[in-house]
Amino acid sequence: MAGPVSFFFEVLFSGLLAGVMYSLVALGFVLIYKASGVFNFAQGAMVFFAALTFVSLVERGVNFWLAMAITLAVMILLGILTERVVLRPLINQPPITLFMATIGLTFFLEGLSQGIWGAQPHGLDIGIRDEPMEWLADRTGMFLSQFDLFASGIAAVLVTVLALFFQRTRIGRALRAVADDHQAALAVGIPLKHIWAIVWAVAGFVALVAGLLWGARTGVQYALTFVALKALPVLILGGFESIAGAIVGGLIIGASEKLAEVYLGPYVGGGIESWFPYVLALAFLLFRPEGLFGEKHIDRV
Amino acid sequence: MRPSKYLAAGVALAAALVAGGALAQAKEQFVPANGYWVGPYAPGGSGFFGGMLDYFLLLNERDGGINGVKLTWEKCETEYNNARGVECYERSKNKGPTGATVVHPLSTGITYSLIDKASADKIPLISMGYGRTDAADGRVFPYVFPLITTYWSQNTAKIKFIGMREGGMDKLKGKKIVNLYHDSAYGKETIPVLDVQAKKYGFQVTHIPVPHPGNEQQSQWLQIRQIRPDWVILRGWGVMNPTAIKAAQRVGFPRNKMLGVWWSGAEEDVIPAGDAAKGYIAAGFNLPGTSFPVVQGILKEVYGKGKGEMEDRSRIGSIYYTRGLVAGIVTAEAIRTAQERFGKGKPITGEQMRWGIENLNIDEKRLKELGAVGLMQPLKVSCMDHEGGGAVKFLQWDGAKWNVITDWIASDQSIVRPMIEESAAKYAKEKGITPRDCKS
Repeated sequence: MAGPVSFFFEVLFSGLLAGVMYSLVALGFVLIYKASGVFNFAQGAMVFFAALTFVSLVERGVNFWLAMAITLAVMILLGILTERVVLRPLINQPPITLFMATIGLTFFLEGLSQGIWGAQPHGLDIGIRDEPMEWLADRTGMFLSQFDLFASGIAAVLVTVLALFFQRTRIGRALRAVADDHQAALAVGIPLKHIWAIVWAVAGFVALVAGLLWGARTGVQYALTFVALKALPVLILGGFESIAGAIVGGLIIGASEKLAEVYLGPYVGGGIESWFPYVLALAFLLFRPEGLFGEKHIDRV
Repeated sequence: MRPSKYLAAGVALAAALVAGGALAQAKEQFVPANGYWVGPYAPGGSGFFGGMLDYFLLLNERDGGINGVKLTWEKCETEYNNARGVECYERSKNKGPTGATVVHPLSTGITYSLIDKASADKIPLISMGYGRTDAADGRVFPYVFPLITTYWSQNTAKIKFIGMREGGMDKLKGKKIVNLYHDSAYGKETIPVLDVQAKKYGFQVTHIPVPHPGNEQQSQWLQIRQIRPDWVILRGWGVMNPTAIKAAQRVGFPRNKMLGVWWSGAEEDVIPAGDAAKGYIAAGFNLPGTSFPVVQGILKEVYGKGKGEMEDRSRIGSIYYTRGLVAGIVTAEAIRTAQERFGKGKPITGEQMRWGIENLNIDEKRLKELGAVGLMQPLKVSCMDHEGGGAVKFLQWDGAKWNVITDWIASDQSIVRPMIEESAAKYAKEKGITPRDCKS
């Protein structure tokens, strides 16, 4: 049996790895927020829609990679359609209007997913066993899953690629300009419509990755939409505009909620990890309202 | 014709239409289908109501209803939400020639919300395998029927099962059991009965809550690994179930030492967990399968005629489906019982249905006639006992299907009944209810 010190580190590492899973969902929110200044309420529904489409195709005999490609194409199409039907008519409207539109999009996507593929849960095997790594358990007494390490690797690749995309490409810089001011961006010739379609498509891709990893763990079912709840405190903590913030926020939230549940939970009846991250994030807001890596806004009055 | 003759003819025609309409109406029995077909709990709702309504369709198609009274229904989507459940109830209670006959809320929360209303409206509630356990005391809850097996009864059967696996109830002494529960009223319902049994048999029980929705359980399972229990009782719902099974695999806890409640024991709870679910055990009060004559009858008489509720036919015979089938059988048999008392071939009222449920007696002979031997246990309800059965079978998932691994295991009523009566008496006192005298 693991000793108390080894157990502490097991809880800590498990929390950090769980945090990476939250970050994967949070990334999708950050992308949309960076490009349009909108909190995309539909990100959870997109995760569900992507994973359900993928798993339904695989169950119908479509090859794994082909199913991935088709789902990606569907998510890109969804991004383009979202821009054309939902966002384009709302250019230059206040963020709250766009936010409300994404709420509508959520209900539409949830209904569409279940309408096309049904409401039954599905198992999803992506070929990575969710079992403790024996060599680590033998040497340290800590049970850490190889699936978690795989998810961390995926997250690291995603973050690197996205960070490079935003910092080093013209489209990335254009995205940041659009987020600052729609009208000003349009005035200097940035093609807002294209930019939005691209960013929604990229967010769709991130939703697919998050959906596959979460779906492999919990099964692909409606409850995947709830993973968005796990991303919110991560965003508050890390900042809505920062990809690095989504990762660091996820790690802090994951580690602290697990440590709190294991070490404080038993004294207060347990089950505290559903609200603990929100309390932590709120406390954090008192000191840094823009989050850890968020951009400071100075408004003239 | 003179104008007065026109008038007379018109009146006669109107009277005939009204009478004809009333006659046509009089041959119908309305049972609301207030359930859920979308949202996170849709698999449970669609399977359950699929089974129940398919059974009604069978009776209508094959027998022309119950003694000539056709069963009718209307679906109302509750989304497993209390407020919507109440709204659906209000919308459905006055439909049909005699109003709603009986309501199956299929949610512990909605059942709690409806107890006062339904009792005042004289519409019985059947909460089969869920709802308020102490409602089994029919003296205090005349209109509520937690039929077949309550959570507390089931829990004593579970401890008996663990005792059997350990080599006797005396072997439970010193054993460690973790109760991993959904952090809700439903999840907490069995904490008292487990504590009583822990004291009686000398085992140690640790209650660990999982916050809703339960799609992340790493910290709970790390605690479980620290405790190193002999058994884990899983009291989950929805996504919490496959997540728990997967998390057990992640910390190396054997799945054949995990014992689920029947809301953690459907195909939908194990299939998403994949291989991790192999060996996992769950309780059940209805058994899966399509070989029962009643299911064969549905396939022939209902689906054979292009009717039926299940879009995905592979779900016919699944756990949720046969649970709904049992609900359909219980409902129809209670209507039949009530008709025998209040008039064959006539629709009954909610009040008469209450009598029908309370005097329900589905014995082995009747189960055979219904083609449901082995599908469910015999059921005998009374004024004192609104549960009526109490036994549980255990099923084990082999990666592809559920296999029955025990006979019916009776619950321990010496533990459960005093707790039910104590809790019901407390409720009666709070609400100012004078319990009925069941002897009269």
